[in-house]
Amino acid sequence: MIGTLANAAPYVGYVYPNETDIPWSVLIVIYPYITGLVAGAFIVSSLYHVFGMNQFKPVARFALLTAVSFMFFVPMPLLFHLGNPQRAFNAVLTPHWTSAMSAFSYVAGFYVCLLLLEIWFAFRADIVALSKAKSGLQGRIYRLLSLGSDDVSPASLAIDHRFATALAIIGIPAAGGLHGYVGFLFGSVKAREWWSSDLMPIIFLLSAIVSGIGLLVVLYVAYSKKRKVPASEQALMGLAKTLWAFLLVVLLIEGLELLEMFYKRLEGIDTVERLIEGPIRYGMVLQWGCSIGVLGLLTVLIVSKARGRTLVAGMTVSGIAMMIGVVAMRWNVVIGGQELSKTSKGLLIYYPEILGHEGLLAVAFIFLCPFVVLWLITRFLSPWEVEAGKEVSP
Amino acid sequence: MDRLDKEKMPKAANALRRNFLRTVGIGAACAGTWVSKTLPAASSPQEAPIPNIPGYDWRKHKWAFGVDATRCIGCLRCVEACKAENGVTRDAHHFRTWVERYVYLKGDDHAHVDSQSEPGNIAASGSEQAFRFDNRYQDAPVEKAFFVPKLCNHCTHPACVQVCPTGATYQTRDGVVLIDHSYCIGCQYCVQACPYGAREFNHTMGVTDKCTWCYHRITKGLQPACVEVCPVEARVFGDRNDPESPISQFIKNNRVSVLKPHTGNAPNVFYVGIDKEVS
Ligand code: SF4
Ligand code: SF4
Repeated sequence: MIGTLANAAPYVGYVYPNETDIPWSVLIVIYPYITGLVAGAFIVSSLYHVFGMNQFKPVARFALLTAVSFMFFVPMPLLFHLGNPQRAFNAVLTPHWTSAMSAFSYVAGFYVCLLLLEIWFAFRADIVALSKAKSGLQGRIYRLLSLGSDDVSPASLAIDHRFATALAIIGIPAAGGLHGYVGFLFGSVKAREWWSSDLMPIIFLLSAIVSGIGLLVVLYVAYSKKRKVPASEQALMGLAKTLWAFLLVVLLIEGLELLEMFYKRLEGIDTVERLIEGPIRYGMVLQWGCSIGVLGLLTVLIVSKARGRTLVAGMTVSGIAMMIGVVAMRWNVVIGGQELSKTSKGLLIYYPEILGHEGLLAVAFIFLCPFVVLWLITRFLSPWEVEAGKEVSP
Repeated sequence: MDRLDKEKMPKAANALRRNFLRTVGIGAACAGTWVSKTLPAASSPQEAPIPNIPGYDWRKHKWAFGVDATRCIGCLRCVEACKAENGVTRDAHHFRTWVERYVYLKGDDHAHVDSQSEPGNIAASGSEQAFRFDNRYQDAPVEKAFFVPKLCNHCTHPACVQVCPTGATYQTRDGVVLIDHSYCIGCQYCVQACPYGAREFNHTMGVTDKCTWCYHRITKGLQPACVEVCPVEARVFGDRNDPESPISQFIKNNRVSVLKPHTGNAPNVFYVGIDKEVS
């Protein structure tokens, strides 16, 4: 068979010949990114449901819908990437348990079920009300969704609340597990110097949470604008403080990890330095620049007890910057790890394709999908606390 | 038509599928149903079913490979033979075996390293489908130089097998690491996990590929193609169960080393005549 690889990676120094065909493309950059957004959004809803932090009440249910919309699309980049996607079920039917990847479908499946259940309990009262208010096809769909349980007495609602809380409690370790697991997928690859770190799972988890909070802030502000309702200052300030705390920890851990690496100067460190100065230079600037910038901005917002438009504008900027910073971090890890040759004697440079099933357009398409789905779901099930002056159960 | 799928390889997935059924069977038995009785009484989990290769019993062999870097002359016939024998993609980015050139110039602390797929060498051979090392060091003050053939190490603890989510990559009883091309989903996790860069992706078939020590040949009593064509016997292959085999003698009579021992992979390709720069 004669082949010429269109997108073979250029390199400097010495790399193994097979390495010029980079195995994991930009699709695998957004896989952990999307998973991370889910974990972050979910944690916010739990802060209300489990820890009773009432300032998060206005966004708690919206956070759940955001989490599930993104969760639906977590498997997409993986499927697009497989050489034989039609065989994907082989990993489900005969999971080879020593492989971290074999657990993916089970972990993800469990989490989707958990999210759907929690949403059902959190929204059941609304569904019942809508099934009575709407007629025709819509009414029938809502009736179907209520699963025949139309008791909305206070006692029954209290039970709903208890179930939602219990599920949220299970959800916290599950969200942590889901994303710590993604970190393990990379951290356990001992052949890749840039990945193989014991801190990888925890770094992935914490950065996931900050990106998810960022996403939630942006979406919440956008939705408030569209609904012509002022965004809750309490909620925004709560999000600011949560983001600040998680961001501080993630920056400390990442910083310490780099410090240790450069202090120990194990074999191959020169090539690592050239990786940071070379192929992932811009990625590193974005990752660290956004993170430190957001930390500074949040500190100002919190200390000055910002309110009104300053708070909204400051938080929107922080949210967007956080999302950019974390996507850059994912790139630096996933792509950077592969740009550092296993020979420790060379560097490869990955250029993503534009078209094609592993190209940037495919990535943009996949990333757009959860936003569309979220928009559809919120049209169908409004997550907002007050609709037409009537209080809706949390 | 590709050669890859014509190879008659034992199917790992069958063993795995049976183990999976067996697990289900045990679960069912615990629940007190009849299901477990109707399932095949599979062998123990370690004991994969014996593949049906006429005249060959994989329990009787323990294959290993030797490379004598002091002999290799960098002629690259092995690379040529491997590509032809195994239908490996004919370009500069896919190899089941390759050869590295290490050159120390006077006063240098580090070697200059390249392989046959380096652009200068491709220019010298005239195409990505022919292999030659160019003469770039002809007039250079060379102090020390040698060639190192590379291939899959058929590790005792293969990282590639550990990470494969489907079991498409597996280890045989006779010590060879193989890929079931009809079962591989093409996730390339194994490509990431191999510390030696021994795995490559076949884009036409959407599956991963690598050296099999020519399993289709060695199970018929033949030598791997690269060993067969090497004009200077830099490549040695044989059965460690036989103390008189070339590989047993090679390991006994030389001080051998393996590549990247710190990975814990425990390679089964043994090297003679490499130095600190080789990894
Ligand atoms: S050399 Fe790489 S591909 Fe070969 S068995 Fe070892 S880990 Fe697997
Ligand atoms: S690409 Fe490798 S890890 Fe993935 S299924 Fe195929 S053999 Fe297994």
